[in-house]
Amino acid sequence: MREITLSKAVNEAIAEEMRRDPTVFLMGEDVAEAGTPFKVLAGLVEEFGTERVIDTPISEPGFVGLAVGAAMTGTRPIVDLMFGDFIFLVMDQLCNQAAKTHYMSGGKLSVPMVLRTNMGATRRSAAQHSQSLHALVAHIPGLKVAMPSSAYEAKGLMKTAIRDNNPVVIFEDKLMYQDKAPVPEEEYLIPFGVANVKREGTDITLIGTSSMVQVAEAAADILASEGISAEVIDPRTIVPLDEETLIKSVKKTSRAIVIDEGHQSYGVTGEIAARLNEKAFYHLDAPVVRMGAMDVPVPFSPALEDITVPTPEGVAAMARKLCSGEMIHAA
Amino acid sequence: MAKAAKTNTEDYLRMYTQMVRIRAFEDNANQLYLSAKMPGLTHMSSGQEAVAVGICEALTPEDKITSTHRGHGHCVAKGAEFKAMFCELLGKEEGYCRGKGGSMHIADQSNGNLGANAIVGGSMGIATGAALSAKMQKTGAVAVCFFGDGATAQGLWYEVMNMAALWGLPVIYACENNGYSEYTRTDEIAAGSITARAEAFGIESYDLDGQDVLAVNDLTQKLVERCRKGEGPFFMNLKTYRYHGHHVGDINREYYRAKDEESEWKTTRDPITNFGKWLEGEKIATTDELIEINNSVRKEAEEAVAYALEAKYPDVSEVDMHVYVA
Repeated sequence: MREITLSKAVNEAIAEEMRRDPTVFLMGEDVAEAGTPFKVLAGLVEEFGTERVIDTPISEPGFVGLAVGAAMTGTRPIVDLMFGDFIFLVMDQLCNQAAKTHYMSGGKLSVPMVLRTNMGATRRSAAQHSQSLHALVAHIPGLKVAMPSSAYEAKGLMKTAIRDNNPVVIFEDKLMYQDKAPVPEEEYLIPFGVANVKREGTDITLIGTSSMVQVAEAAADILASEGISAEVIDPRTIVPLDEETLIKSVKKTSRAIVIDEGHQSYGVTGEIAARLNEKAFYHLDAPVVRMGAMDVPVPFSPALEDITVPTPEGVAAMARKLCSGEMIHAA
Repeated sequence: MAKAAKTNTEDYLRMYTQMVRIRAFEDNANQLYLSAKMPGLTHMSSGQEAVAVGICEALTPEDKITSTHRGHGHCVAKGAEFKAMFCELLGKEEGYCRGKGGSMHIADQSNGNLGANAIVGGSMGIATGAALSAKMQKTGAVAVCFFGDGATAQGLWYEVMNMAALWGLPVIYACENNGYSEYTRTDEIAAGSITARAEAFGIESYDLDGQDVLAVNDLTQKLVERCRKGEGPFFMNLKTYRYHGHHVGDINREYYRAKDEESEWKTTRDPITNFGKWLEGEKIATTDELIEINNSVRKEAEEAVAYALEAKYPDVSEVDMHVYVA
C-alpha cells in the first residue's frame, strides 16, 4: 500500500469531500494560497476557488461564529483554527452556540461543522502555541472530538467528521504532519466511537490518544523485550468513547495506563481511568494510572519542554512497576 | 409617522395587529412571572414592538433572523404562534423547542427564526454566517441580526461587520437602541457614536426612530431589496425604549432610570398608540375596529396561556435527547 503523510491525508479527505458535496467549504486564517502555515491545505484553493476556500481576517470568534450560522442554514463548513491554543478565543461560539443549538432548539436546528485544529508540545513553540486542549472541548456535551493517531486515521476520521451532522472538533498533532503511514487509494471512512486495538497483549493495556499511541507502541516494544505483553489501544475519538473495547481489554489484562498529551489534572486520562475503575474494578490487579502532560504551562527551553510529556521510557517504567506488583504512588 | 411605504391597508392592519400581539404576549408573560406560574425569569420587549414588526414585515419566511434574550417580539413578528411560544416559556413539550430552550432560547426554524440568544451579542456570528451561506447558495435570503445597544460593546460585532463588509454579505445589523445596557445607561459606557462604528467598516448606516413602525418598515424594505441585489451589509440604529426593567424581576430601578422618563415614553411615544392614531387619521381603521383587534388578540393570548398551563411537560426520557443529531 502507498504511504502518505498525515498532512496529505487530511488534504485528500477534505478535497474528496468537497468534490462529493458542494455545500462543504473551508474557512480560516491563511487557508487559501498559503495553505496554512503547515501547508496542510496546499492546492485546495487552486481546485475549489476562493469562494469555497476562504481566507478570513485574524478574527477567530468571528469566523467560527460565521461557520455556526452557515452550518445552521444549509452548508457544511470546515473551519481551520491555526493553533489549538486559539480555542480559548472561540469558546463562546463553540461551546455556548455550536454545541447547544441542537439541544436548545429541541432538535430543530443543527450545526454540521468541523473545526480542525492542532495540539502537541516539543516543537519549541512555548506556552501559547503548544497546548493540547481537547479535554476542554470533550467536557462540553454536544461536541464530538476526534484525535487521529496516524495518516490513516486522519483521513478516515476527517471524512466522517465532514459528513457528521454535529459540530466535530478534530485535533491533529502538529508534530505528526510529516509522518507517513499506509493509506489506501480507495475511499474509506472510520466510524466515530470505535477504538482500534493496535496490538494485542495479555499483561497490561496501554491506552493512548493521538501521538501518544506511538509512545504506547514504543513502550510496548520495550516491554516485549522484557517479557511483558502490552495491549495498545487507540480510542480514535474521545467523544464518543468506545468504552466497551477499553473495558474488555482491561478485564483481560487487569492493568492499564492511560496516556494523553493534555494536562494530567482534570483531563482525558482521569476520565478514562475513572470509567475503568467504575466498570472493571473487580478485574483490576493494580490501580489504573494516568500519564498526561505535566501540570505546567509548556516551557520554551528544550531542556524543560521535553520532560513535560509522556515518553516511551516513562510509560515502560510505569508498566514494569504495575506488572511487578510494586506499590504505586501518583507520579 | 413617516410617509407610507408602498403597501396597502391589509399590510397596515397586520403590522398593527402584530404589534398588539407582541404587547399582549409580554403582558401575559409578565403576569405568569408575577403569579409564580413561570419557571425562571424573562425579559420583556414591551415598548420595542415597532422595531420587531417594522423589520420582520419586510422579510419572507425564507429570510433569517437571529434574536436576543429580549426576543419574544422578534419571534412573534417573524410569524410564531402563541400556543407553542407560551408552552416554551413554561417548559412544556409542545413548546417550539420542546421546553428545552425557554424564553431566552426560543427558536422557530419554520419561520426563519434561528433563535434567541442568552449571550449578549452571541448571535452576531450566526446571522452573518447565515448571510454567508445565503450568498454561497444563491438563495436570495437576507439575514437580520437583532441586538441591543449593550451588545455593541462586544468585540464579535466588529469582527463580523468586517467580514460582512469585505464579502458584501446580505445581512442587516439592527441595533434596538433602548438606551440601557442591562442596569447601566449606555451613554455611560459607549464612547463616540455607535453608528460611526459601523460606518468605519464602510457599511451604509442609518439612525432612525424605532417607535415609528412605518419608518422602520419602509427603510427595511429598501435595504432588504438592496441586500438581495448584493449591496449589503447595512446597519440600522433604531432608537427605542423598553417599558419594563432589564428582566421581569427588575422592579425597583430608579437608581438607573427615572420614572418620569419611563412615563414620558409611554404616554408620548408608544408605537402602538401612535400608529393606531395614524390609522384612524388616515381612515384606514375606526376606533372600534382597533378596539376589536385588541380584544381578539387579548383573547387569543389568554386562551394560549390557559392551554400552555394545562399542557404536559416533556417526558423525563427526553433529557438526553437532542444532545447530538442522531
